[in-house]
Amino acid sequence: MIHKFKMFNKNIVVDVNSGAVHDVSDVVYDVLDKPEGSSLQVVTDGLSEKYSIEDIKEGYDEICQLREMNMLYSEDSYGDIAQSINKKPLVKALCLHICHDCNLRCEYCFAGTGSFCGERSMMSEEVGKRAIDFVIANSGTRRNIEVDFFGGEPLMNFEVVKKIADYAKEQGEKHDKVFRLTLTTNGVLLDDDKLDYINKNMSNVVLSIDGRREVHDRVRKTINGGGSYEIIMPKLKKAAELRNQDNYYVRGTFTHYNLDFAKDVLHLADEGFKQISVEPVVGGRDEDYSIKEEDLPLAFEQYEVLAKEYVKRIKEGNWFNFFHFMIDLTQGPCVIKRMSGCGAGCEYVAITPEGDIYPCHQFVGKKEYYLGNVLNNIYNRDKTSEFANANVYTKEKCKACWAKFYCSGGCHANAYQFGGDINNPYDIGCELEKKRVECALYIKSEGC
Amino acid sequence: MKHIKTICGATLKNSAAKGGCGECQTSCQSACKTSCTVANQKCENKNNK
Repeated sequence: MIHKFKMFNKNIVVDVNSGAVHDVSDVVYDVLDKPEGSSLQVVTDGLSEKYSIEDIKEGYDEICQLREMNMLYSEDSYGDIAQSINKKPLVKALCLHICHDCNLRCEYCFAGTGSFCGERSMMSEEVGKRAIDFVIANSGTRRNIEVDFFGGEPLMNFEVVKKIADYAKEQGEKHDKVFRLTLTTNGVLLDDDKLDYINKNMSNVVLSIDGRREVHDRVRKTINGGGSYEIIMPKLKKAAELRNQDNYYVRGTFTHYNLDFAKDVLHLADEGFKQISVEPVVGGRDEDYSIKEEDLPLAFEQYEVLAKEYVKRIKEGNWFNFFHFMIDLTQGPCVIKRMSGCGAGCEYVAITPEGDIYPCHQFVGKKEYYLGNVLNNIYNRDKTSEFANANVYTKEKCKACWAKFYCSGGCHANAYQFGGDINNPYDIGCELEKKRVECALYIKSEGC
Repeated sequence: MKHIKTICGATLKNSAAKGGCGECQTSCQSACKTSCTVANQKCENKNNK
């Protein structure tokens, strides 16, 4: 399978199964429209009015060489490997819901403005420690373990965060595990003391901000209904500087309301942030803020606008890093990782303030996906098999998709929310993901 | 080649042989909480270094 696309002055061809990516001339781009294995005569007949015979023959010969080198039209030989993935699922990452409460009332919050549609509650030190014990006990030989202090808003329960983080460090040394800690925060309660602890103990911090003031304030409101941009911006800037502009992300969400989101990404860059992630909202079909199918052309255009500016700024020495344009073509994850998806419900689980275990933060509260509780050592592995077995070969849409080894099958929660089945990916998410990957490949073709 | 510039070779096939150690980051655990992008992650398999 190949995929080809044009972006600005580039013709890019992806050989899906080998991972090879090529920047090709116009004649080769057009020759590749012909069925695989077409004769030179067939190819020439269709293109001789547009190109010289010599150019067509040269391009054709180069395509044949790459086919022989398995860098074009290479075979898919991974199906058997896919069947053996996750036969013994190990848990290696936790999303710890430190606090089911929040000090903001964001309109698009998937977590019911912090409560996850249940009681507002705080995780106790005891539950947090048992969660650390749980992941150590279920991580087998995996050495690297990730814990994300998540919410609601985790800074509302920061003393417990510190106790759990200290405990993870202590237990990690005892059990030869490396805990990598992340904290995801809206920034409202960030102060010097908290920043100091975070910077000493967290390998990553995710700071929520949506971009321009008016865009941010429209949806990310205080409990009293005011905007939160003014409150958080100085704190987030300070956090980024104190982390030397590394190992953090400002993380925004774009919605139907700001389909010109390239301006929000560039606003964050202009404000001095170097590590930026802005991604589409996930909401119900009937929500005003959700991205609609008819929004896609504009969203695609915005990704291209952003890609062009991204390249320009890198070449000028005024770089920033956009999470969704990052792609590692040479040292990135192995194909086994690329088949097996996000890891939710298998190697990654969420733990609520009460110690309940769910496949990921987006499944919290869905009773049919309750997996157990860390306080009473119940963990129903049988219920995780649906997740462990899901990969790009169990999803019909993914099997035929050129981007499957870049996105790995998408988000299970999105698929469940829109298609009622984790094996039925969310179409709008897929289209946006494919566009981001095309932009990322274009950026690579520019040498950036 | 005159008409084709290869930006990246056949890296996936090679990665199948020594892959699957599972030490890499889970896909949802960085900046991105809702959209998986696996290709931007690092391989942490020491045997592949």
